[in-house]
Amino acid sequence: MGILEVKDVGKRFGGLQALGDVNLSVKENSVHAIIGPNGAGKSTLLNCLVGKLIPDTGSVMFDGQSVLGRTPYEINQMGISRVFQTPEIFGDLSVMENMMIPCFAKRDGSFRMHAIENMMSEKDIVEKAEAMLVDMNMADKRDMHAASMSRGDKRRLEIGMCLAQEPRLLLLDEPTAGMARADTNNTIDLLKQISDERDITIAIIEHDMHVVFSLAQRITVLAQGTPLVEDDPENIKGHPKVREAYLGESA
Amino acid sequence: MLGLNKKDTTLLIAVAVLTMFAPFFLNPFPSDSAMAQFNAGYPDLMQRFVIFGIFAIGFNILFGLTGYLSFGHAAFLGVGSYAAVWIFKLFTYNVVPAIILAVIVAAVFSVLMGYVSLRRSGIYFSILTLAFAQMMFALAYSVLSNPKFNLTNGETGLQVYPNDPQMFHPDSMQDFPHLFGLYMNSTYTMNVGPWAFDFNTGYYLCAVVLLAVFYLAIRIFRSPFGMMLRAIKSNQTRLNYTGLNPRPYTLAAFVISGAYAGLAGGLMAAMDPLAGAERMQWTASGEVVLMTILGGTGTLIGPVLGAGFIKYFENIFSKINDAVLHQWFAFLPDGLEDFVVFLIHPFVGKGWHLTLGILFMLVVIFLPGGLVEGGQRIGKWIKSRGKSKDTGPKTEPAELGE
Repeated sequence: MGILEVKDVGKRFGGLQALGDVNLSVKENSVHAIIGPNGAGKSTLLNCLVGKLIPDTGSVMFDGQSVLGRTPYEINQMGISRVFQTPEIFGDLSVMENMMIPCFAKRDGSFRMHAIENMMSEKDIVEKAEAMLVDMNMADKRDMHAASMSRGDKRRLEIGMCLAQEPRLLLLDEPTAGMARADTNNTIDLLKQISDERDITIAIIEHDMHVVFSLAQRITVLAQGTPLVEDDPENIKGHPKVREAYLGESA
Repeated sequence: MLGLNKKDTTLLIAVAVLTMFAPFFLNPFPSDSAMAQFNAGYPDLMQRFVIFGIFAIGFNILFGLTGYLSFGHAAFLGVGSYAAVWIFKLFTYNVVPAIILAVIVAAVFSVLMGYVSLRRSGIYFSILTLAFAQMMFALAYSVLSNPKFNLTNGETGLQVYPNDPQMFHPDSMQDFPHLFGLYMNSTYTMNVGPWAFDFNTGYYLCAVVLLAVFYLAIRIFRSPFGMMLRAIKSNQTRLNYTGLNPRPYTLAAFVISGAYAGLAGGLMAAMDPLAGAERMQWTASGEVVLMTILGGTGTLIGPVLGAGFIKYFENIFSKINDAVLHQWFAFLPDGLEDFVVFLIHPFVGKGWHLTLGILFMLVVIFLPGGLVEGGQRIGKWIKSRGKSKDTGPKTEPAELGE
């Protein structure tokens, strides 16, 4: 049994069958990549995992509990954090505040009314957020406006915010899309380091094969809403079905 | 001090000094001079400055922090006033129970309105609050005012009549709201040479309440709750995927700002014991939006400045009429005098809205941060003039919540 078990998940948008009978099992503490050509249903699948979409059929179990019918924040509180294709951070807040919010969410749950206390006097939160900034190599940017950072730094911050919640499963949606080569390599190194040092499972949707083969221990290939193959990276590279899906019939 | 950092303490002290010495600041001109009509230090207007300041501080906790633009906050102000006047009618002229009930009733109404309206965000939220407030206006204006069940006294407005029960009001006392015997309308006038300064009990009650709720607002701004509200304004998607539920946070902010409005309404009734439905009309809701934006949305002091600015215009500019203008420009040749008066005429007196509108547009276009940004720019300009010219440009740290 993996930490994430997707069984026969189907999703239809009007006449388009975006997902049809997707089965997926992500092993605990592994890095699992989901790849596939454009329109294969990768993002739809991800949205079904985090509560943004509700699949028409099938089940999604995380650590033995169903996530279906739960809202995104409830699923997040179960231990699934998500990194977006374009970094989603609190742009109007400082980097430090960005890091403190997930620390509060981890400690206090989805809502707590602490309207009179000074946030900087919450020693445990401040310490944890500062340690996380050091881990992410961003301690010097502590007081910066988050929106004024480079895209690579925003991505780093977003990943750091997700880690501050100590999730058991980290979902990444094309984390290197639109990045320069150097930033991409930095992100790969960061993710490698995270998966080595932490007790965490990573599921990654990615287009860039360089990223996929540098990170993944297991790969699922999705095409037209159904999984074609699930195998180890060495076997995926030369797989005829995969080549067909990516390059077309004639190749 | 009081759990605030140095900057916030300075701000609080500044506001305390301004409110406590307002009777002096607002009456800078001798009372028999031609400029005396620009004096704003009479009790009625000073009370209004402070009451609308409280209203705007509360509104800013919702709009400034979460970005949810409510167009229905005047409804809470009106509800607060009605609640206070009912206390006067039924029980006592003491303002303490009246103000407490005003806050509670407004908070209850804002739970209802907030629970429904916060299901949507952006323009839909604004329209929902507007619709709600208009419904409450209609209720107050006509529906709840009929011979069988007269809660609001409709067009006339709710007021205290001699045959009202007033159970705990001793006959020996005057028929006016008081704080344990201190009447709200009692004023001591201090004459210093040609100057006259008014010290009014009601004003000082309002000013002390303003200081208390301003302090509370600072605490909210600097709290984890305040940070969550700013996070909601910044990125709700990230908030949702960080395991936080925005709904109770926004509802709490809505109720707090509704309670502030109720407090303002209660104080208004305490200063003058009547409540009318026009207090709940949508123009009154729009006015607090203007105050907040004009002063500086999301800043601590901005709403208070905006409220003072608009109320000053409303009361002072509207009093300038053609006769006054002719007096001012009497030194000009006749034809020119008439022409200048003709040019200025539309902008003063009943046309003060025109001046306010132009000022509002100028502020929004050139100073998106409101009067507070204007002040900051002037401060920076003075500083940069003071420094030697060869120092390079310095990077400013991000301003947080200010």
